[in-house]
Amino acid sequence: MLSKDKTPQQSADDHRVSRRRFLKVSAGAAGAAVTGKAAADTLADVPPREPGDVLSGHSERSQYVHIERIPEAGPGKRNVDPIDAINSKTPLDKLVGTITPSDLHYERSHSGVPDLDPTKHRLLVHGMVRREIVLTMDDIRAMPSMSRIAFLECTGNGWENWKSAPDNVTVQNTHGLISMHEWTGVPLSFLIDLAGVDRASTWMLAEGADGAGVARSIPLTDEVISEAILAYGQNGEPLRPAHGFPLRLFLPGLEGNLNIKWLRRLKFGDRPFLTRWETARYTQLQADGKAIQFQLRQDVNSVITSPSGMMEIKPGYNRVTGLAWSGYGKITRVEISTDGAWTWKDASLNNPILPKAQTRFQMDWEWNGEPTKIVSRSTDEKGNVQPDRKSFIAKVGTNALFHYSAQQTWAIDAAGRVRNVLD
Amino acid sequence: MFSIRALIASGMICLCLFSTAHSRDFGRPATPEEIRLWDIDVRRDGSGLPAGSGTVAAGATVYENNCVACHGPNGQGGIKDRLVGGQGTLSSSSPVKTVGSYWPYTTTLFDYIRRAMPYPTPGSLSDDETYALVAYILNLNGIVPADAKLDRNNLPKIQMPNRDGFIPEPEFQVIRNSR
Repeated sequence: MLSKDKTPQQSADDHRVSRRRFLKVSAGAAGAAVTGKAAADTLADVPPREPGDVLSGHSERSQYVHIERIPEAGPGKRNVDPIDAINSKTPLDKLVGTITPSDLHYERSHSGVPDLDPTKHRLLVHGMVRREIVLTMDDIRAMPSMSRIAFLECTGNGWENWKSAPDNVTVQNTHGLISMHEWTGVPLSFLIDLAGVDRASTWMLAEGADGAGVARSIPLTDEVISEAILAYGQNGEPLRPAHGFPLRLFLPGLEGNLNIKWLRRLKFGDRPFLTRWETARYTQLQADGKAIQFQLRQDVNSVITSPSGMMEIKPGYNRVTGLAWSGYGKITRVEISTDGAWTWKDASLNNPILPKAQTRFQMDWEWNGEPTKIVSRSTDEKGNVQPDRKSFIAKVGTNALFHYSAQQTWAIDAAGRVRNVLD
Repeated sequence: MFSIRALIASGMICLCLFSTAHSRDFGRPATPEEIRLWDIDVRRDGSGLPAGSGTVAAGATVYENNCVACHGPNGQGGIKDRLVGGQGTLSSSSPVKTVGSYWPYTTTLFDYIRRAMPYPTPGSLSDDETYALVAYILNLNGIVPADAKLDRNNLPKIQMPNRDGFIPEPEFQVIRNSR
């Protein structure tokens, strides 16, 4: 069954997916659970071919595909009027693969989406530099560029489950503040050389042109200097306004709000600037009342996207699939438990497996119809293992609000209903 | 008479100038005047604070005209962030994070009001009004007295109750790079 042009790794992945076993169970009684009314089906019922619509300038989704983000407010504040929303979540349960369509990338802003004319947009670079400069978008687009596929995750992702587990939520509600694009732009290192940044500069203030002037201090570690991008492209097109048009900062692996959208100022200094967002907002309150500051990296994480919250499954063959990611690097392993975290099996990982990128995992599962719980846990190339919820909460308490990365458990009752639970 | 060495040296200088000019094709120098327009951040030591001053009493008026609709009377009970109270709640099961209970620095409060507030018209308050508003909010939290008048010299010296409430993440506490 394996074609000759596959790499050994891809062939190994196919093997672990166990196609033969899939065909075997699909052909039996259990197959009905997967294919629905397939047994009563006849090809005679399939509508005949006919000429289709004329060509157009823009490809719309099929009328049969209903897929959109959902605007929400804070934890537990769902079904809100868009004017009261502070973020809009990606439908992870309805996406396949790992790249997020541009219009479905999660959205978070602090004072709305500004309408910026790129011919009037400017980037000011100043502070501890030899040359204080003003750049136009034409300047920036003329510079050497690079592209990188990496996830972007809001530091609030997962915040529904800090204190309790609402049982009427989907994976879009619980984990929809992560997305992945191919990002294109100018390496920050190029700009650092261009402006002649002082070697003593260790922090950079990045500021947006939005109403709030969102500003964050970025540590100039070797990792940031070598990986940060001044991005103007997402998935092959200019950034969309909700994601920072015409220019944003992109910092692979670091919390979403550092990736300043509508970027208009970079100021180099030798200490953090201590803006509101890095003191009063994106700091993690621990159980003792002290808060962790500059916890910038997104931890190793994963979630099963199917079956997931509010879905229904049938006994027999089920495919378990989901996404894993880590701000430290590549995902090396995802394990799945289908018995409430008592026993674990390795899931297969779909290629490509990129550093600081969403990685698709999957596993065959035959559900025996008994109530159970399913859960995933991921490991990254630095050896970080996604913690179970009890250990996680024991360490950080329930007040941190941000950086929730505990294992996600879905309970399945005797009727096959999948629901969000703490563990 | 030019020596060969001088000719070579001058040629090298020309080459250097050429390659430098090439890299300088991107952008133009920023003038000090335009940098001042955008250089709005205020640091913990007070650098970046403008001239001017404001009193608690003046701040009450500024608040009434610009802030009360979202933040409620006396900084509580509004539809947006609560600004007052919450001290002593940070280790409870329902922590209340306000300027008084959570914000560590007065300089950050000045910076944030000046850059982001009032929400519909950010940047519309004068520097005097911003100082006054900071004074009023701090007074509501019991941090400065009712007759306080703040300016660039005394504002950074005010100690906030939660100034020691933050623990730097070890990875980013001391930043080094190999540049």
